Amino acid sequence: MNRIPILQMGTALLVTIQIDMEDQTALALQDDLVEKIAAKGASGVLIDISALEMVDSFIGRMLASISAIASVLDAKTVVVGMRPAVAITLVELGLSLHGVRTALNVARGMAMLQESPEASLRVE
Amino acid sequence: MNQGQHSLADILRNDGGELTTRWLAAAGFERSQEAYASFAEEARGLLATLKSATAAGATRFDVDGTAWAGTRAALEALSAARAARGESAGTTSAFVLALKVALFEALPTTTDGPSLMRQVATLTQVVDGMAQWTVTTFQRTREDIISRQQEELLELSTPVIKLWDGVLAVPMIGTLDSNRTQVVMEALLQRIVDTEASLAIIDITGVPTVDTLVAQHLLKTVTAIRLMGADCIISGIRPQIAQTIVHLGIDLQGVRTKATLADALALALRQTGYTVSKAPVGARVAG
Repeated sequence: MNRIPILQMGTALLVTIQIDMEDQTALALQDDLVEKIAAKGASGVLIDISALEMVDSFIGRMLASISAIASVLDAKTVVVGMRPAVAITLVELGLSLHGVRTALNVARGMAMLQESPEASLRVE
Repeated sequence: MNQGQHSLADILRNDGGELTTRWLAAAGFERSQEAYASFAEEARGLLATLKSATAAGATRFDVDGTAWAGTRAALEALSAARAARGESAGTTSAFVLALKVALFEALPTTTDGPSLMRQVATLTQVVDGMAQWTVTTFQRTREDIISRQQEELLELSTPVIKLWDGVLAVPMIGTLDSNRTQVVMEALLQRIVDTEASLAIIDITGVPTVDTLVAQHLLKTVTAIRLMGADCIISGIRPQIAQTIVHLGIDLQGVRTKATLADALALALRQTGYTVSKAPVGARVAG
């Protein structure tokens, strides 16, 4: 089974998803990420999905639940680089990813993690 | 041997031009009419294809047979020309059906009752088949025109405008159905990726009515934009539309709305950190 690497950049964790994820991979990523947030005391998680061409409802839900779990551990989650087709698919699936922050690219996502929580963009 | 068919082939073979004259007369064309010559040309061409089809031994008009390919092509050309001129399907098929009268008149008067009946039946089948084919192709031509115009309209109505650095705008014009929303959404999201714009303004000044379905489409677009990591403002909400939205109980909470595109741009500029100030009179650039 593929495991998705989690990189640490300062107080933030960076996850780049570059393969079409299977459900098992997604579950493993969720477990690894939660472990890592707790172990490193990370204040932010940046998930780059710019290489992801396809999402299903499971992956969509996983993104939402990672964000929720991270916020329980007091870490902000930003999902960056979502492709138009993926965004349209998620909307059609009825998944608007409530409470998940989004940014256009990694640079903006990083900037978002570093700024004050009030000023961040939040998907309501 | 099919007596009736034989007769049709005979009529066409022995025709010295009077069939065309009778046909046009039956269709209600006057010799003095300006377009008479072109109609006569059309009629002669059709009769020629009919002649070669019946000479080859074809009996019943059918839409697949190779013997009738020439006739079908001629009918298609005829109906396409009529459709382009904006004539109705009725007029076009009436013209073809008038051929029946001309053919009946050309039947030998000496034929006995039963065989005359057979001949009439065969002629009717052929001409009716031709008329039907004409209407079918006429309709197809019209449908092609309509679908092409629809596509053109779709492209025309979805320009994505760059208003400012990092600010895009889409002026929506016309009724928003799911098809158009999809096109607008795709175009806008692609432009957001290309320009890395952080704000998109959807202007609905040109949308005549907003019902629950239109609102749903708008909300979908807003959600998709936010998923991409950009923000969205809806502008151009007229007073009546604001009333309708509230009366219908549509929830636009969480979506920023502004009355005019100018207000939306001002908000966008404020949000992206720009300040706009009026220059003193002396410092203005002459237009």
